[in-house]
Amino acid sequence: MTPSVDGVVREACHSVGHDPTRLMDVARAVQARLGGVPATAIDAIHDQLHVSRGQVRSLVSFYAFLDEQPGARHVIRVCDDVVDRLAGYDRVARAFSDELGIPLGGTTADGTFSLQRTACIGMSDQAPAALVGDVVVTDLSAERARQVVAELRAHGDPQRLVKRLGDGNNAHPLVRAMVRNNIRQAGPIVMSEQKRGEAVRKAAALSPVEVIRAVKTARLRGRGGAGFPTGIKWEMARAAPGARKFVLCNADEGEPGTFKDRVLLTEWPDRVFAGMTIAGYAIGAREGVLYLRAEYAYLRAFLEDVLARRRSDGLLGRDVPRRGFEFDIRIQMGAGAYVCGEESALIESCEGRRGDPRNRPPFPAQRGYLGCPTVVNNVETLCCVTRILESGSAAFSELGSRQSAGTKLLSISGDVSRPGVYEVPFGTPIQDVLALCGGRDATALQVGGPSGRMVGPADFERTICYDDVATGGALVVFDSSRNPLQIAHAYMEFFEDESCGYCTPCRVGNVLLRRGLEKVLAGRGEPADLEQFEQIAKTMKASSRCGLGQTSFNPVLTSLQSFRYQYETLVKEAPGGRRRGFDLDDATAEATRLRAAEGVRS
Amino acid sequence: MSKPRVATTSLCGCFGCHMSLLDIDERILQLAEIVEFDKSPINDHKDFTQRCTVGLIEGGCANAENVHVLRRFREMCDVLVSVGDCATTGGIPALRNLVPLEECLQEAYLKGPSVHNPSARIPDDPEIPLLLDKVYPAHEVVKIDYHLPGCPPSADTLWEALNALLSGKPLALPYALLKYD
Repeated sequence: MTPSVDGVVREACHSVGHDPTRLMDVARAVQARLGGVPATAIDAIHDQLHVSRGQVRSLVSFYAFLDEQPGARHVIRVCDDVVDRLAGYDRVARAFSDELGIPLGGTTADGTFSLQRTACIGMSDQAPAALVGDVVVTDLSAERARQVVAELRAHGDPQRLVKRLGDGNNAHPLVRAMVRNNIRQAGPIVMSEQKRGEAVRKAAALSPVEVIRAVKTARLRGRGGAGFPTGIKWEMARAAPGARKFVLCNADEGEPGTFKDRVLLTEWPDRVFAGMTIAGYAIGAREGVLYLRAEYAYLRAFLEDVLARRRSDGLLGRDVPRRGFEFDIRIQMGAGAYVCGEESALIESCEGRRGDPRNRPPFPAQRGYLGCPTVVNNVETLCCVTRILESGSAAFSELGSRQSAGTKLLSISGDVSRPGVYEVPFGTPIQDVLALCGGRDATALQVGGPSGRMVGPADFERTICYDDVATGGALVVFDSSRNPLQIAHAYMEFFEDESCGYCTPCRVGNVLLRRGLEKVLAGRGEPADLEQFEQIAKTMKASSRCGLGQTSFNPVLTSLQSFRYQYETLVKEAPGGRRRGFDLDDATAEATRLRAAEGVRS
Repeated sequence: MSKPRVATTSLCGCFGCHMSLLDIDERILQLAEIVEFDKSPINDHKDFTQRCTVGLIEGGCANAENVHVLRRFREMCDVLVSVGDCATTGGIPALRNLVPLEECLQEAYLKGPSVHNPSARIPDDPEIPLLLDKVYPAHEVVKIDYHLPGCPPSADTLWEALNALLSGKPLALPYALLKYD
C-alpha cells in the first residue's frame, strides 16, 4: 500500500519538531518514503512548517538527490568522474543502459529502475563505482553492471548486492559495505592508534583559552584546502558575541578524487567527534553538526551508533567531561551538491535552503549557522585537533615543513598501481609521493581536485605543503596515454553542472571555457582563444562570490600553464581573418534539411 | 593623400545603429570632408569600389548572406568595428537561439496565432538566403578589431569613436556615453 502523502509529511515534520530550518531532513524523509517530493507533498510541508512553497520547491530542485517527480524504486547513480572514465565508466554506463533498456537519465516504463550519472561519490580508489539507492557498488565492469540489474530484478534488495564486505569497519553490522579502505600509509598523526576519550578529558583539564593556545602552538591549519589557521578561526568564534554557538564538521567531501574523509569516518569516527567536542569546549558551543554528504549515507547508522556510545560513555551530553560543560552532536545529511562543501553554502544547506554561498563578511565565525557564531572545520582538521590534545602540540608541529605543520592525508587515484589513502608529512616532494603509490609513468597530476591545479613533470620536484603545492588531499595521476585537454574538459563539465548559477561570471564562464576547449580539441581553435581562456579566468576569479567560481577555471588555466605546447599544436591562425570556429555549411545544415523537406512536401 | 574610406553595413540588425550615425546631424558634413564613404546603405553603394580603412558592422549573422557580406567586409577593410549590441552579442535576434530553427519557422509561417498564410508553406524560394542554426555575433564569424556597445551607441559615441579611430588618438568616452540605463 502506498503511504498517504499527508501522513508521510506529518510524520517527517513531527520528527524535526516542526522546525522550518530542518526542511532538508523533511524533504529527504519524504523523498525516501515517496520516491520524490511531489506538489501535494510540497503543499503539505507548506501547511505543516509554514515555509513558502517556493522555498520547498527551490530546495527540491537544487539538490541532485531530491526530485519533484516521484522516481523509480531503484535509482542507480553511476559515478561519472574523470577517474571512473579512465577505469571504464563508458562501458559500465552502456551496460546498465542496455540491460535496462533506458538511456542515462531515463526511467523504465514499469517505474522499477532509473539510471542517472552523478559526480564523484568518493570511491575513486575503487572505480568505476555506482550508488544503488544508498548502497555503494565498487570495482564495476560491464559484466558486473549487468549482474547488478539481474540481481535487483530477481530479489529487489540493493543490500544483497554486497557479496564480500570490505575491511575494517566496512564490515561493521551497521555498515556492511563492499567499500575497501585502501589505507596504504598510515600514521603517525591522523591515521594512528586512538586512545578513545583521552583527548576530550585532557582538553577539559585545560581552560578553553589554553586549548586554543595548544592548537595555535601546534600551528594547525585547515585541511580542507584553504589552510586557514584553525586556532585563529576558533578565537574569532570564541570572541564573537552570542549565547549560542555551533561547531560544524564539513564531511561533504565532494572534491572529485577525494576520499580520505570516507576512511576517517569509517575507521576514526571517535577522533572526528572528539575534535568537534574539543572545538565546542574551546569556543563555547554546546551543539555540533556533522554535515554528511548524501553519497556517504551508508555510514550514517554506524556514525549515529558511535554518537550513542559516546553519549553513554560520558563523552557527549550533559556535564561531560566536566561539570558545567555540555555538548552534543547531530548528523545533518546532504542531498548531492558539490557547492555545499563551501562553508557558507554548507550552512545554508543545514538551515534547509539551497546551497547558495553567502557574502562575506560576516564570516561564519561571526554569524554562521542560524545566525550564531559558527566554526566550520574539515574532518581531517578535527582529527588533528584530537591528536594535538592527545599527544601535545610539539609532537604535532615537529613534523612537516616550516609553514605547514603535521601530516597530510592524500587520496590518490588514477593511473597508479596502489590507489588509496596515504598520510605523508607536509613538505614531501611530489615525486616521492608518486614513487609511493606506483605512478611511474605519470605525466600529469591533478592536485587538490579539479579546483586545484594540473601540474606536469617540471613540477614533480615541488613539495606538498601550503606554501608550495597546496592541496585538500586529492591527487589524481594521469599517465602518458592521457590528454590533459580532455581531462580539463571533463572537469569543466563537472563545474558547469555544479555551479549554483548565482554569479554570472561563474554560470557563464564555465560554459564558455568548456565550449572553448571543445573548439580547440576539434582543431578549430585559434591562438586568440587561449588568450580568451585567460581573460575569462581573470573575470571569474575577480567577480565570483565563492570559492567555486573563483577556482573552477583552474583545469583550463593550470593545464594551459603546464601543457601549453599541447594547446599550441592544436590552434592556428585562420586565413583571411575568418574564425576557424565557424563553419557555414554546419551552420546552414539544418536550414538546408528543412528546405529539402519543404520541397518534397509541396 | 586620399581620404580614408569608410564602409558600413547592417546585417541582422534594425538599422537603428545607422540611424544613430545619421543622428550626428550637421556633423555629417564634417564627416564627409574627412572620409569617403564606400559600400554603405547611406550612399546606397551595393559593393566595394576599393579597399577601405574602416568597416562598421551593425547586426549579427542570422543567415548565409550576412556571413558572405561580413566575410567580404573582412577582406576589404583594414579595421572592422562591431557597432551596437546585435553585432557584439547577437542582440534581440539571438533570442531565437533558445528555440530550434524548425520550431521558429513553424511558429512564424504556420502555427503562430496571427499567421495568415493560405499556401501553408514555409517560404523556400532559392533566392531567400538560408537561415543559420542560430544568430552569431560578428566576432564568432570573422576577426573583429573593436566593439562599440550600445543599443544603439549614441550619435556622440559614434562620432567620438570614429574621430579617434581616424586620427589614431586614444578613445576616451565620458561616462555618460557608456551608461546604458
